Amino acid sequence: MTALPATPVFRPNAPGRILRLSWERTLIELRQFFRTPEQVFFTFLLPVLFVVIFSTIFSGEIEGPPGVEDVEFAQYFVPGMIATGIMSATFASLAMTIAVEQHDGLLRRLSGTPLPRSAYFGGKIGLALFTAALEVVLILGIGVALYGVNLPTDPAKWLAFLGVFIAGVSACSLLGIAYTRLIRSSSAASAIVQPPYLILQFISGVFLQYSAVPPFLQAIASLFPLKWMVQGFRYAFLPDWVAVDDYGGQWNVDLVLLVLAGWLLLSFVAARLWFRWDRTGSA
Amino acid sequence: MTAAITATGVRKSYGSFEALRGVDLEIGEGEVFALLGPNGAGKTTFVEILEGFRTRTAGEATVLGIDPERGGPEWRARLGIVLQSAGFFEQLTPDEITAHFASFYPKHLDPRRVVDMVGLAEKRDARCKSLSGGQKRRVDLALGIVGDPDLVFLDEPTTGLDPQGRRQIWEVVREFTSLGKTVVLTTHYLDEAEQLADRVGVIIRGELVEVGRPREIGGRERAMARISFSLNGTLSEVALPEVGGLIDAADGVATVTTDRPTAVVAMLARWAEDHGVAELPGLAVSRPSLEDIYLAMVAEAGEPSDGGQL
Repeated sequence: MTALPATPVFRPNAPGRILRLSWERTLIELRQFFRTPEQVFFTFLLPVLFVVIFSTIFSGEIEGPPGVEDVEFAQYFVPGMIATGIMSATFASLAMTIAVEQHDGLLRRLSGTPLPRSAYFGGKIGLALFTAALEVVLILGIGVALYGVNLPTDPAKWLAFLGVFIAGVSACSLLGIAYTRLIRSSSAASAIVQPPYLILQFISGVFLQYSAVPPFLQAIASLFPLKWMVQGFRYAFLPDWVAVDDYGGQWNVDLVLLVLAGWLLLSFVAARLWFRWDRTGSA
Repeated sequence: MTAAITATGVRKSYGSFEALRGVDLEIGEGEVFALLGPNGAGKTTFVEILEGFRTRTAGEATVLGIDPERGGPEWRARLGIVLQSAGFFEQLTPDEITAHFASFYPKHLDPRRVVDMVGLAEKRDARCKSLSGGQKRRVDLALGIVGDPDLVFLDEPTTGLDPQGRRQIWEVVREFTSLGKTVVLTTHYLDEAEQLADRVGVIIRGELVEVGRPREIGGRERAMARISFSLNGTLSEVALPEVGGLIDAADGVATVTTDRPTAVVAMLARWAEDHGVAELPGLAVSRPSLEDIYLAMVAEAGEPSDGGQL
């Protein structure tokens, strides 16, 4: 006697299924991303162009106190570009694409299927992780190949780099998801996302030495994650004396990670509270 | 017949505006049901409540035995939804996006076969952004049925398609319903409702004013028939007969409106024969079309037939 094969019970929220669908979503997101030239341009080429332009124009050195070796400007500039590149691949990219998907009904279409919401976010974070990592590799590659940037040799510095990367990517991705609440139509997305991001880049000392930013702007920058990401990556790439000029004498990597963890928590709560699955009617 | 959908006193208000004023309806399993109504009458609101996209202000509803406001992914897995307009996957091909959607469902159809079914075999590897509006509508349909659902909501599935494309979509819907699946259709095309639907319901100003089979709705079956024929040659010169109905001649065409068309045609045939004409030229007997009935219902309710926004 042969037993009939039992109908498998459908468990929509089984961890294995969510993982598998997050992976499916990541693959589709990547495919869509790399087939949209505008997105690839803004996410990758813009930061890469900035690295090339700034490193070429400001080819000088940052002078240290007597007795230490000066630091090439590119060595100072590239870690900041990594931070801002990550923010572009996570916060800016996610906020803009998700806002469009909310308003044009793509999310409504997905919400009519048995796709768990967590898998939708899984796909977005998978996309952000992949593009952010690619961005880091690109910027570092150009910095090392063209502008003689020295990679850290101390494993502890690489560990800090990794920690800041993971905390920064997670916090900024969730922040981008929460931020979609402020975007009232898909055509407004870029106008709502880019200005604050651009201002943060300036006051966080991405394009200039942080010590050149007026103190009251530094105080504002310190409220947001970008300044801390820049600081964390600079720690990994620069000698300690640079911190004396720029960050009050200490790199404070523990504080960097703590602030980013705080932003991670805050963004998670905000994303839970503010994210709307369907905003087709609100435009 | 088990009910696929039940609605009892479903109401929806937005502030003081009542979009739905208490809709009662039961749709059986395996039935194809068409919802008709002018724009802004509440069709989409009603369907979106059933789809679980909107909450209702009052009343009860079940879809496949579940309250749509509480339907989870298990319930979603048994539904197919073809929205009127929804964001599109411009950078993906019909094959890619259909296979992707298939992966969401526990049991699903072969995505390549579904792409064939909706008539996109030749475009299966084209980016969706290069497809015409009608071809995109076919992708919508493919995504709606690839999960092998028990119930499909089709919101204006053939809008923007050419006549051939519409027929092709109808074939897909028929193939789907022949498997015992339930379909809820909203449409502006009365011929579409007549072709596909077992029953139609007309919503006007948030009320379901009439439900019935397409050929019976609005008393259509019992409505007065209209007989017409051309008055040429000998017939144009002789007096029209007394047939016990209203007879009217204008522009060389005679028209009789009657509730006993068979007897009238027999009388007219005898009258023609008496004047040496064996065959009445251009003879036609017609009942009001579904469209005539529908437009009369809308006019009676004092609604412009194409009023309101979207």
